[in-house]
Amino acid sequence: MGPVLALARADVALFLANRRALLVSLVAPILIAAFFGAVLGGAPKKPSRVPLAVTNLDASAVAAKIVAAMKADETFAIEEAAEPAARARVREGKARAAVVIPPGFGEAAAAGFFRPDGAKPEIAILYDPSQAVTLSLVKGLLAQHAMQAVSSAAFGPEMGPKAIEASRRELAASRTVDEATRRDLGTLFDAVERLQLRERAPGDGQAASGKAMPGFTMPFATKDEAVTSGAGRRYNAYSHAFAGMAVQFILFMGIEAGMALLLMRRQGLWKRLRAAPVSRAALLASRVASGTVIAFGLLLAIYAAAVAVFGVRIEGSAAGFALVGFAFSVLTASFGLLVASLGRTPEATRGIAVVATLLLVMLGGAWVPTFVFPDWLQAATLAVPTRWAIDGLEAATWRGLGFGTALVPAAGLLAAAAACAAIAIARFRWEE
Amino acid sequence: MLSAIDLGKSFAGREAVAGVSLEARAGEIVGLLGPNGAGKSTTVAMLCGILAPDRGRVTLAGDPVGEGASPAKRRIGLVPQDIALFEDLPAAANLRLFGALYGVGGRLLEERIAAALELVGLADRARARPSTFSGGMKRRLNIACALIHDPEVLVLDEPTVGVDPQSRNAIFANLETLRGRGKALVYTTHYMEEVERLCDRVVIVDHGRVIADDTVAGLRARLPEAGPPRLEIDGPVDEELLALLAARGLSARVTGGATLEGVFLHLTGRATRD
Repeated sequence: MGPVLALARADVALFLANRRALLVSLVAPILIAAFFGAVLGGAPKKPSRVPLAVTNLDASAVAAKIVAAMKADETFAIEEAAEPAARARVREGKARAAVVIPPGFGEAAAAGFFRPDGAKPEIAILYDPSQAVTLSLVKGLLAQHAMQAVSSAAFGPEMGPKAIEASRRELAASRTVDEATRRDLGTLFDAVERLQLRERAPGDGQAASGKAMPGFTMPFATKDEAVTSGAGRRYNAYSHAFAGMAVQFILFMGIEAGMALLLMRRQGLWKRLRAAPVSRAALLASRVASGTVIAFGLLLAIYAAAVAVFGVRIEGSAAGFALVGFAFSVLTASFGLLVASLGRTPEATRGIAVVATLLLVMLGGAWVPTFVFPDWLQAATLAVPTRWAIDGLEAATWRGLGFGTALVPAAGLLAAAAACAAIAIARFRWEE
Repeated sequence: MLSAIDLGKSFAGREAVAGVSLEARAGEIVGLLGPNGAGKSTTVAMLCGILAPDRGRVTLAGDPVGEGASPAKRRIGLVPQDIALFEDLPAAANLRLFGALYGVGGRLLEERIAAALELVGLADRARARPSTFSGGMKRRLNIACALIHDPEVLVLDEPTVGVDPQSRNAIFANLETLRGRGKALVYTTHYMEEVERLCDRVVIVDHGRVIADDTVAGLRARLPEAGPPRLEIDGPVDEELLALLAARGLSARVTGGATLEGVFLHLTGRATRD
């Protein structure tokens, strides 16, 4: 055990003595995780509004109501602008989309409300194709606000009668509506007209009840709840970012550990170590031991910064966090050994190892969560050890899960480490 | 003391060493010479237990020297051709590590560190990193690391490559001190003057085989066409001129006669082996 400890201690001392490597391994993941965390939502706070330009070319009360409702909606940050300016805002990336309400929209929409067929007025939505996901959001919320405003107008005393009258004419002229439907729609129009007459106030056009007609509203309410570690605890996007970046940069450290062994060969140090009365197993075990200690130390240091500065918390099992972290550290050390076994020269090996690592961390969801991947790729990532590490670390942090959930990823990571070590031992070049 | 008998080693079907036998006794420096690719490094690797021979054996006072954790390796020190140091660890930390690998620890290790640094003239640089050392200082520390476990046999693989004359002389003085302490030294080099100065006996290998094993004087006598030493003077020479040169302390270049380099080239040929 003595030689293993002596060699491992020397490796750790060498890592700590190399300020540049330490800086890259420690500061870089913190900075990049801070960036990704901020981009993906940051610490718990009010969600930011979607910047949206609105061009209202219609003077009707319906259009005014739609614009007012969108302004009141916390999802959007509305900026009213003329159409060319709105289009320019989208092109410049300053607005995610622009909604253009055409002239006569209110009247046409109210009339079209009861139309069995025929043309509908169009609201143009100019959107940024690089953020196309916004289009669905805008369409959905616009539909909600427009339906409420238009239905209110269609049933109201101002525009309603005209709309009913126009609809009766179109119904009479229609050749596509059968007789039974025609009769039922006529009954509906009669009922709506009676409602309008009752609501019409003498002289001022206001509803007799003193309130505007409500129009159609959403027939349900939603109660949203983010499922985190506990009630009232909000998701912290830094938790994911730090898991991902810690995994990535610790693997980079593993590559450097492999490079160090290749450099030792080149510098004759390996020969000197081989001349010592130390077994092959002890020489390799020392590499795995030092790599594991350094990787685990880095993980703790990176998460210390995450906790102290970015509000990341281990909401679940601390033992589970430690277990996953340890298993990942063993994997990192074995990966480094594998790199050293398969590589010939440090120069040629580093490039290939970095590309392989970047692929692993990308598939593991270190950069973006895996749910954005296509289905087949999501399925493929289930076999990627980096995903087990990231999922395991997230389970212990913001998901707040218990020790039991750490067992499967930890076992997977240790199995992967064993596989790496087995290949490394089988391919290790003892004779030079 | 250190004995190699009929060592053989092949790599990918190519025979690098084909029956090398040699012996290094206590208090003796044995020069191991050979052109590039002659099999010196492979022989050294087998002598130190880095490589297992395909045939033959290496023993140290009768104990087999094996690969891995062979106990006999505790009694052998290797000074590799490269400066095999952890450049970012202080000199004493390098010595501490290599001492630990050979099972030396505690107070004894600290005493050995001090003694080794004293021997190679680096006692005042114990806490400095080798990355801050000159080439000669690194070479000396390279030797000290091989001495930390007080080996009975020291194998030196071209230990003076790239060092200035002063550091080389310091290294020679260290090696002569070690010989005086009864250590057996195996010394490989391409510098013939080093062998002439240091070695009690010379083993020349070529094409993986020993082609000569003798003292320097014995090897010199092998060169048949060598005549007596001659003084070569460019221009007219007379007694008065020679007396004048001697009185002025000027040296004259001696050509001809048997030098070790002449013997070496006679035995191994003049073709380059790169």
